[in-house]
Amino acid sequence: MNQHSHSLPASYDAAPLELTRRAWPWPLLTLLLVAFVLIPVLGDDYWLNAILIPFLILSLAGLGLNLLTGYTGQTSVGAAGFMAVGAFATYSLLLRVPGLPLPLALVGGGIIAAGVGFVFGIPSNRIKGFYLMVTTLAAQFFLEWVFTKFPWFYNYASSGTISAPRLELFGYDLHSPLGRYLLVLTSVVLLTWIAVNLVRSQIGRNWMAIRDMDTAAAVIGISVDRHKRLAFAVSSFYLGVAGALWAFAYLGTASASSFDINRSFQILFIIIIGGMGSIAGNFIGAAFISLLPLLLNQIGQGLLSGMVDAGQLQNLQKIIFGMLIIWFLVKEPEGLIRLLANLGERLKAWPLRF
Amino acid sequence: MHLPLKHKLATVLLVLSTANAVSNTALAATNEQFFPLANYRVGAYASSGIPVWAGMIDYLRYINEVEGGINGVKLVWQECETEWTAEKGIECYERFKNGLNGAPVAVYQPNGAPAAYALADKAAADKIPLITLGYGRTEATDGSVFPYNFPVMLTFYSEASAVINYIAQREGGLDRLKGKKIATVYHDSAYGRETQSPLALLAEKYGFENIQIPVADPGNEQSAQWRQVRQLKPDWVFLRTWGVSTPVAIKTAARFGFPVERIIGDIWASSDEDVLPTGEAGKGYLALTPYPGGSEFEIHKRIKQHILDQGKSDLKDPKSFGSVYYNSGLVNAAIAVEAIRAGQQKFGHRPLNGEEGRWGLEHLNIDEARLKAIGFYGLMQPLKLSCSDHEGGGAAKVQQWDGSRWTLITDWVQADRETLRPLIEAKSNAYAKEKGITPRSCASED
Repeated sequence: MNQHSHSLPASYDAAPLELTRRAWPWPLLTLLLVAFVLIPVLGDDYWLNAILIPFLILSLAGLGLNLLTGYTGQTSVGAAGFMAVGAFATYSLLLRVPGLPLPLALVGGGIIAAGVGFVFGIPSNRIKGFYLMVTTLAAQFFLEWVFTKFPWFYNYASSGTISAPRLELFGYDLHSPLGRYLLVLTSVVLLTWIAVNLVRSQIGRNWMAIRDMDTAAAVIGISVDRHKRLAFAVSSFYLGVAGALWAFAYLGTASASSFDINRSFQILFIIIIGGMGSIAGNFIGAAFISLLPLLLNQIGQGLLSGMVDAGQLQNLQKIIFGMLIIWFLVKEPEGLIRLLANLGERLKAWPLRF
Repeated sequence: MHLPLKHKLATVLLVLSTANAVSNTALAATNEQFFPLANYRVGAYASSGIPVWAGMIDYLRYINEVEGGINGVKLVWQECETEWTAEKGIECYERFKNGLNGAPVAVYQPNGAPAAYALADKAAADKIPLITLGYGRTEATDGSVFPYNFPVMLTFYSEASAVINYIAQREGGLDRLKGKKIATVYHDSAYGRETQSPLALLAEKYGFENIQIPVADPGNEQSAQWRQVRQLKPDWVFLRTWGVSTPVAIKTAARFGFPVERIIGDIWASSDEDVLPTGEAGKGYLALTPYPGGSEFEIHKRIKQHILDQGKSDLKDPKSFGSVYYNSGLVNAAIAVEAIRAGQQKFGHRPLNGEEGRWGLEHLNIDEARLKAIGFYGLMQPLKLSCSDHEGGGAAKVQQWDGSRWTLITDWVQADRETLRPLIEAKSNAYAKEKGITPRSCASED
């Protein structure tokens, strides 16, 4: 009985069910381990405060916008407006509701932002595409105006800025860079996990059906209007949490001008460059938008400072950055995530390509 | 075709990395003080920023090359681009706060309101004093609550009070203000709103009518505002605009027939760049400033001789020499240098860290004799800071535009700081309560 060379495949009943058994996602676990254990041990203030915290928050904001634009197909340039709602709402809750723990205040800020997003999503019932984009532009300017005009929102501070009243969780002070990093990281990981499951669920599939062709989606019985509004609300929830984190965990302070139209564009660029309709794309896009300029700056500073006029050096970095964006989008219009996926496919076959 | 490109890329990267390593080791510091320059040379405000950095760098060069540093301690500086934003400002601060190759940071100038607000708490935690000249939190004047924030020379509150005092001078006394109409046309932002509460208080005290007219950002269309001004016929207009909104305001005022000699610009509406685009309309425009324009001050002669004429200046356009922004750079740099000098008197002639820099700032006393010695007499007001008073001066000069240059028409106009102090203390106490800070006792500080 030579089992190895002459055995037939086992019958279906006895075959191991490889399809349903999940392999451990080792790369993801390693990444989480690095993020939660290695970085807190090794990272210094500069890495945490200036690089990782803004990168994570921008990724979260990109994720929020991607749910709306990349998954449901509703273009929005009002992302920063909803971030502002989240920031100011969280501030109000922390200030005016004594004893409210920080996570609840963040969620509360997100829910209020979701409500506002829902309201600004109502026009999506009737209008589409560029026209809808204009209403989100109106939302952006309206919200920015509201948070400048009415002093109640910033507790009558003379400068119109808000700052984090208290960042503590179960008695731990989260004011240190490490505390704020862990707060941001935990929020981002939790919300990303929810988003991954959301887009795989019935709701996510309905969103994608609407994105691909809303008439067809309506024909097969999807309630298009309801799902569009839901997308606005969920997206605004994510943006609201991101805005609150941006204000309190990153800047430590914020005013309406921290969430101006440029921030909206920045987030839109993150999802365009990272990849529409992709979760991981947001992280790659945020890294590209927020980290690459820093890298260029460090290289420029280290190499050319003193040799080239300082103003021209700065402008040169902008030019290189812009050219890189164009180059990447020409190379792969579907974003960096697609570029990486293609690269992965090619590496699998490498070096025995035929 | 691909391979050579990759090859080239690898070579370039290799060269880059080695060049970087060499330049880092070559700069190992011994007796140097690091002076971080968080500045903006690109973005919307670059044109106003560039002469400021030239003023700062020229003064630092002058200190290094002519005076041999501060008591022998040479200054080193490095630039970092903030684009006038909070997030880049934070990045620069984090990059610089631990010093440069062993040279420590004694004082930090965020150079931009958003960054100043964002850094207020961080700098306090890191024990690095922030100097904000003409911007930043007004309530930080109360050093017992804000130990590391220094809104030196002229806060927005003092600015409001100084302008009222100047108007009183022109009207013939504070008692003559009663019944006068003073309109404030302001940029509708955090900056523009800062003077509302002090002006309300002063209006109550002196009995003038306080009219507030907002201009929405960016303010390149102001017909509605100036039509309103024309209807209300105020005696004076206090113009608190910024950037493009200033020349637009002056031109629109001329169109609606409001006399330009009755408009007083504030500290951020007082530069050459603000009035040059207005042409004829701007002739006679008044502006309040803690660092007047002009290139005839003693320091200008010294810098011209040792820096400008030697071709060592950072100025691109020599015409900017002595402009309001260039002079603001000089004054900013001089305050930092003098604070370090004050600190050195206690801690010895060596580079100082942030805590020692704060001590120096709180014991800074630039009197008239000192101003004459450093060549800033007339350009800068006497400045004396303490634990409870992080502002010091509180005076401004009024200058008038004659179509090509500014002429000073007053000496220092002092703000009534005692009247405003309760407002500041109320705000700083509210801040302390919100943040759970116990104010330190200034009596126990030496």
